[in-house]
Amino acid sequence: MKEAVTMLAQLGDDAKLLAGGQSLIPLMKLRFASPQHLVDLNFISGTSYIKEENDALSFGALTRHAEIETSPAAAKIPIVHDCAAGIADVQVRNRGTIGGSLAEADPSGDWATVLMTLSTEVRCLGTNGSRTVPLRDFIKDAYTTALGHDELVSAVVVKNPPKGSGGAYLAFKRSAPVYPTASAAVQLTLDGDVCNDAAIALGCVGLTAIKAKEAEAALRGQRINEKTMAATIEAARAAADPQSDMRGSADYKRALVGALVKRAIEIAVQRARGERVEVSHIYA
Amino acid sequence: MPESVEKVPIKLKVNGRLHALSVEPRMLLVQLLREELDLTGTHVGCDTTYCGACTVLMNDAAVKSCTMFAVQADGAEIVTVEGLEKDGQLHPIQKAFGDSYGLQCGYCTPGLMLSALQLLSRNKQPSEKEIRKAIAGNTCRCTGYQNILKAIQLAAQNMKGA
Repeated sequence: MKEAVTMLAQLGDDAKLLAGGQSLIPLMKLRFASPQHLVDLNFISGTSYIKEENDALSFGALTRHAEIETSPAAAKIPIVHDCAAGIADVQVRNRGTIGGSLAEADPSGDWATVLMTLSTEVRCLGTNGSRTVPLRDFIKDAYTTALGHDELVSAVVVKNPPKGSGGAYLAFKRSAPVYPTASAAVQLTLDGDVCNDAAIALGCVGLTAIKAKEAEAALRGQRINEKTMAATIEAARAAADPQSDMRGSADYKRALVGALVKRAIEIAVQRARGERVEVSHIYA
Repeated sequence: MPESVEKVPIKLKVNGRLHALSVEPRMLLVQLLREELDLTGTHVGCDTTYCGACTVLMNDAAVKSCTMFAVQADGAEIVTVEGLEKDGQLHPIQKAFGDSYGLQCGYCTPGLMLSALQLLSRNKQPSEKEIRKAIAGNTCRCTGYQNILKAIQLAAQNMKGA
């Protein structure tokens, strides 16, 4: 990894890192990216792992979505499993990586949306050593992160949610290989019937994943019933900032966000109560 | 773009045969297979990581060979559709696609069969839902998928005990 960082620094702006390549290679074919040099991280050993340590789950940057999908350790945080198992298709999950997804910061990427509902830190390694950046500070804008040019993501660390916490991630897609039209990630912590804590993030409906803070506030400290649910959904729809495009109009996506948040809350509540609920994305 | 690019030596096994060759770093794996090794069974459909016509197995995992550089397959074992047949006998997956009318024009078929191979080598008795998930990255514009599902179910049955 250090060697890769040194190469990045030496090659300058014309160099890009290549992780799973499932976004970068298509972008290069379209000439949206035309790096003169690629630094391929795939042959560096010890960069793909899932470790349970210090009440957290650590992922090596090059850990493939497919490895997370089949990992019993990752399944302990169901929303993480939902995310890995729902990304694109088998072939893309076999190559694509969690570190690459975060470093690319595509507004339609799945990982940033999901990991924003958990306490997530991104380990960055540069020529000046390593630093840890909370995910909320790591994603700056569409395709823009806190990474310096000579820095790479070395690991992603996700703190275990507290007891009584449950989450769910749902995306609405036209087909498996494409990015979702909209997605919603919800992580709730219950104390009996009362929602002690709520994290809600929306994907594909803004320049970055959006933390729907007012929607969270509408649930926090409340019993989850029709009234609080309606207020939460309304606030989530208001937080979305979608663009009309080939995937649907802005109004359509806003309506979709409401439906996805509602379903994700229902599943998160079931899971917080210890029920096993299988989740799969919704296809048009 | 530079006029001449220094070639990189790589070694890889394709369908059990070791190849040592030098390739431009920008060459895609699918180009290596089709244009250097003349294995034209692997197709290029969309060239945008969508359709899965270029699916091959790399170290037993299905990958879209249009979305990988050939140099990234250095040291890897690749299986293409040409590697399915053994001693003149069709692989049970190939036979099942024929018997179940799981293909019409056939363009997507090699990719679908490799996706089916990853599935059946890890899951001997997949449910219909599991089959659907396994082939979600392979687009077929002819069949409507129904006979492809039947083909993979038949192949699973015929591969039992294999």
